[in-house]
Amino acid sequence: MVKIKNIKDLLAETPFFEDMEDNLELLSGCGTLVRFNEGEFLLKEGEKANSFYLIRKGNVSIESHIPGGTLSVSKVGAQGIVGYSWLFSPYRNQFDSRATSNVEAIKLDGKCLRSKAQEDHELGYQLMKRFAELMLQRMQSTRRQMLDIYGESGQAA
Amino acid sequence: MATQTQSRRNPMEPVPYRIEQVIEEVPDCFTLTFDFGDAPFLFAPGQFNMLYVFGHGEVPISMSGDPQSAKNLVHTIRNVGSVTAALQKLKAGDMVGIRGPFGSCWPLEQTKGKDVLIMAGGLGLAPLRPALYHILANRHDYGTITLLYGTRTPNMVLYPQELQDWGKKMDVMLTVDSAGQDWKGHVGVVTDLLNGITIDQQNTTALLCGPEIMMRFCAQALQDEGLSPSQIYVSMERNMKCALGLCGRCQYGPHFICKDGPVFSFDQVKRLFKVREV
Repeated sequence: MVKIKNIKDLLAETPFFEDMEDNLELLSGCGTLVRFNEGEFLLKEGEKANSFYLIRKGNVSIESHIPGGTLSVSKVGAQGIVGYSWLFSPYRNQFDSRATSNVEAIKLDGKCLRSKAQEDHELGYQLMKRFAELMLQRMQSTRRQMLDIYGESGQAA
Repeated sequence: MATQTQSRRNPMEPVPYRIEQVIEEVPDCFTLTFDFGDAPFLFAPGQFNMLYVFGHGEVPISMSGDPQSAKNLVHTIRNVGSVTAALQKLKAGDMVGIRGPFGSCWPLEQTKGKDVLIMAGGLGLAPLRPALYHILANRHDYGTITLLYGTRTPNMVLYPQELQDWGKKMDVMLTVDSAGQDWKGHVGVVTDLLNGITIDQQNTTALLCGPEIMMRFCAQALQDEGLSPSQIYVSMERNMKCALGLCGRCQYGPHFICKDGPVFSFDQVKRLFKVREV
């Protein structure tokens, strides 16, 4: 018989929440399992940021619309996190997040987590630490993208 | 690695070869195939030739053809200056003076039995293509083969058809700095792709080619993944002139890129990567 995993079990398998066993019950209370078809939006630029997603399957493009089209600036795959804006005022999404394949994810209620973190500072610290690390990685990647590291070189031996 | 005919030549004297085919690759980047007759032009993957455009000058360009193929005198070139601009104007039938091959090569013999992780950026895929041809032609000699390739945008991806073909025989992962909605691949820098693979720390050799800043970030990321500098190889680029280690134009610390390089083990040049203005 196949055991159907609940949200707590799924969060426990995620590297992002590693060593947060004591908080998983609480975190899972703010989570719901969601699915998106290819092309559907997880988050929309300019809308209120009251949630984030832990991607279980599929890929999500972080993008913005520009005159003449849409520009993807990053992609997030399985085990990745989509959405930081729920953490900081004014709690507004800065980019679109669109499924580029069918996506399965855990949606975490940021509003719910913000209030729980306010009451429990250890939980708040653990969440902030993880998101700070993630944002540092993304910031470094973004800086490398800005450096245009594939520029005019790599040809003359 | 040169044939007897090749080795008899004066290495300072360009030999004229006729352009057989010109392929437009990506914007400002093109591939020239030269007519070398029926015998393959013998070279080792990683080596380069000096290409002389009569009346304009000479530039060092890596070999990018299949070492085993008869039609392997192939160079993929980006238009970055007056000589490469003159090369881009040439057509099939025009003549170019060629000296070479010169320099060191990718460590494909020493890598036998190991996993090979190849990281390329932009035009840096061209000097690695001969190594990929060799590895795929001798697939049983190597473990897992992975190519991580990054470019600015999807229309800058070099050799798209071959990448697709290689993807059937090895792990190929592409990333671009930015893309439109129709791009299905990854978006981000090439080092991000390391998150999606598992590296056998003891049994992997990494070959890197691209702009120096890209190789620096890649080498750092690979060391963070547990590889030692001696497991990482880089292909360096400087303004080479004589290609014989005589003129000193391409001196890089105690090395001459043309003679001691262009391929170096990262532990040979790691210190120099930290020195600014070298």
